Amino acid sequence: MSDLNKLGIAEARDALKAGDFTSVELTESCLSAIDAASALNAVVHKTPDFALEQAKAADARINSEDAPALCGIPLGIKDLFCTKGIPSQAASAILDGFKPEYESTVTTKLFDAGAVMLGKLNMDEFAMGSSNETSTYGDAVNPWRREGDDTNLTPGGSSGGSASAVAADLCMAATGTDTGGSIRQPAAFTGITGIKPTYGRVSRWGIIAFASSLDQAGPMTKSVRDAAIMLEGMCGHDPLDSTSADLPVPNFEAALTGDIHGRTIGIPREYRMDGMPGEIEKLWADGTAMLKDAGAKIVDISLPHTKYALPVYYVIAPAEASSNLARYDGVRYGHRAKLDQGDGITEMYEKTRAEGFGPEVQRRVMIGTYVLSAGFYDAYYNRARQVRTLIKQDFETVFADGIDAILTPATPSSAFGLGEMADADPVQMYMNDIFTVTVNLAGLPGISVPTGLDKQGLPLGLQLIGRPWEEGDLLNTAHVLESAAGFVSKPGKWW
Amino acid sequence: MSIDTDTARRVAKLARIRVEEDALPALAGEFNAILGFIEQMQEVDVEGVEPMVSVTPMRLKRREDVVTDGDQQDKVLANAPDAREGFFAVPKVVE
Repeated sequence: MSDLNKLGIAEARDALKAGDFTSVELTESCLSAIDAASALNAVVHKTPDFALEQAKAADARINSEDAPALCGIPLGIKDLFCTKGIPSQAASAILDGFKPEYESTVTTKLFDAGAVMLGKLNMDEFAMGSSNETSTYGDAVNPWRREGDDTNLTPGGSSGGSASAVAADLCMAATGTDTGGSIRQPAAFTGITGIKPTYGRVSRWGIIAFASSLDQAGPMTKSVRDAAIMLEGMCGHDPLDSTSADLPVPNFEAALTGDIHGRTIGIPREYRMDGMPGEIEKLWADGTAMLKDAGAKIVDISLPHTKYALPVYYVIAPAEASSNLARYDGVRYGHRAKLDQGDGITEMYEKTRAEGFGPEVQRRVMIGTYVLSAGFYDAYYNRARQVRTLIKQDFETVFADGIDAILTPATPSSAFGLGEMADADPVQMYMNDIFTVTVNLAGLPGISVPTGLDKQGLPLGLQLIGRPWEEGDLLNTAHVLESAAGFVSKPGKWW
Repeated sequence: MSIDTDTARRVAKLARIRVEEDALPALAGEFNAILGFIEQMQEVDVEGVEPMVSVTPMRLKRREDVVTDGDQQDKVLANAPDAREGFFAVPKVVE
């Protein structure tokens, strides 16, 4: 059987259970697709032997009928997740050669559920970036191209390899992580679905830390149903993460009733930015009409502190990163610089970190160091935490007023060309996260769903933001939007 | 607030990242662009607003104060660039 790699989780699950093919066949199909897709640079550490072993075990389990939903499903894993004995280096040179002695909670849960790991996926270094151009492995490439143009485009970032691999059918689905939009923006750039759950829903243990109060992992998939299935496999309380919520994990797939009658959807006026491209405005209006047609009530809402979200983010995220990345000192793991005669421990730290961290990571660590330094802590860090409280209160107010979910664009544009932002100042790149970053600051669940193509033939996505812990309801609304939009386009194969 | 070359040098030192002298002016320029962007926060009235500590209201769990882990020196040292005789080795710190 050919083209098994093009399946999604739900279809593959049902076919595996029916005995139409085996997990080994499915896995081999993905491994061949990966081998033929080196031009995308999405998979940076291939693990075919490991995958086939897992697939054999999964087949035995499927036959014994003790098979969870993810049993035998081949996935890609973002390089940010620690995987035991397999390189895990957050796309950074400073973790060259690092092979964890332990397994992250998320990958443990996925493997316990029978999932198969095909390999580790490209990303921005330490998840800092919106274009996958800060990776030590080089750029990941978007399988989509502009019509009649062979410019390589960014798959977005930081989960760019995950987005590219899923969109190009190299795997059924992939893990991503999202600190300011790193699941939702690449999902939108590649025409796939990506959900960042409520902060605390998924354990952060064993995920290489960027900004601990914002980081959350989630699935990147070919459909909303697949997102529901995979999210359930990733969630759950974990004593190893003190911020992991001790709440039962709902059956998210069962929440996909397709019925949103009586639901109230908020349209936040502050997200209508000056200079917003007409295509994005139309996409947003079309999405609003689809939800209305499906029986939802549409309400204009205000989230007054929206414009301060990116400035707040660029204090809090670098501050936390400067602290989290202090551990990369050339002592316990990864790279250590070659030292000159007479160099002491300070030179070892400084040279190791200058060689190991790329420019964007260095910049953010230093910004974080500055905003936390004596004399500036109150003006920057404390003020950012106060404004963050106000941003969260904006959402609490609209939810208290009866809003069930909020509809916004996912990104301010479609995918741009690799290298096209090279001369832009860092702040311009940061604008990519303008619609997604508020969700991390408020700890809410957010999902990006592909709903259309722009005039260049590139995918565009809409974002739905839900109430805390109500991912099931959010997924259901997303499912309705997905069905109404009927987005079925795939990138033409050029790689 | 403007960052000069001296401040950039001091921040690099605090962050333990070696930055060559000729790279400092450009770095200071980038810091200024980013801090200028962050500066918008100053126009928000934050009088009486609590700085956020935890985005989801939760009490940290407590557990018995007992050893739950350990005795895995080999694993701890397995990725060290320089491990000797059960220790991490670093350049001489104390004379």
